[in-house]
Amino acid sequence: MENIMKLEFANKSSNENLARLVAAAFVTPLDPTCEELSEIKTAISEAVTNAIIHGYEDSLGMVRLDGRIYGNIVEFTVSDKGCGIADVAKAMEPLYTGKPDHERSGLGFTIMESFMDKIEVKSTLGIGTVVKMKKVIKNDR
Amino acid sequence: METNLLSEKRTVVVKIQTDLDHHSASLIRKTVDAKIKGTNAINIIFDFSAVDFMDSSGIGMLMGRYKIANILGGKVIVFGVGKQVKRIIDMAGIDKIINICDSYDAALLLV
Ligand SMILES: Nc1ncnc2c1ncn2[C@@H]1O[C@H](COP(=O)(O)OP(=O)(O)OP(=O)(O)O)[C@@H](O)[C@H]1O
Ligand SMILES: [Mg+2]
Repeated sequence: MENIMKLEFANKSSNENLARLVAAAFVTPLDPTCEELSEIKTAISEAVTNAIIHGYEDSLGMVRLDGRIYGNIVEFTVSDKGCGIADVAKAMEPLYTGKPDHERSGLGFTIMESFMDKIEVKSTLGIGTVVKMKKVIKNDR
Repeated sequence: METNLLSEKRTVVVKIQTDLDHHSASLIRKTVDAKIKGTNAINIIFDFSAVDFMDSSGIGMLMGRYKIANILGGKVIVFGVGKQVKRIIDMAGIDKIINICDSYDAALLLV
């Protein structure tokens, strides 16, 4: 099965729910288990929240969610044109947060890594960040 | 979100009725902190029985409330935790600082 989709939305926190719902609906034809579905929703929520709060901070901007299905694999890309990440490897370390005074746990990337099969982060300071995640839908009930 | 003050137990009970993400966490944070400030409460009981989804923003919110309750000599207790929420709580390892209970009655025994 093959499919693609694109969604673009403003960096408003209420759109976090929108992104989760769209990602869940997009993957539904692959008949994922409840667990696979909640893993995808959580990973998307983490990436989109990061784009909104870290990418753009207080400025306005657009976040893009791209989805692709090929065979039983789903691939999502979350992109922002925000501030970018200086040191991606460090940002992805468990418990690392660039905002220690903002009640953040530094678990976003750790959750994305453990709930998806593959994650790739490309970021350029002043240009933006692209987070690409892939998951095989095994659907083994 | 519904909040209820149990003055005699110095406890605020908070029923969360939405997905717990960055969007709703800000609102919960503001509401709970205002309740704690304006009353004698030192403990917070979160009712998660209507929550199907939580991400790392929920962990940050819970840890932040723990810090406040801890300074006051109180506790943070959650009950009604579903599968997805439990997984995030376990990954974060916050069950060491936050009490997880099976029911409201069990939560009440801790305050
Ligand atoms: N899209 C982004 N743009 C700019 N910086 C980012 C972006 N995504 C992540 N970061 C940086 O990487 C750090 C780690 O991200 P991660 O999601 O793991 O933790 P967090 O967002 O700080 O906390 P949590 O996700 O647990 O609430 C962030 O604190 C931020 O500094
Ligand atoms: Mg994050």
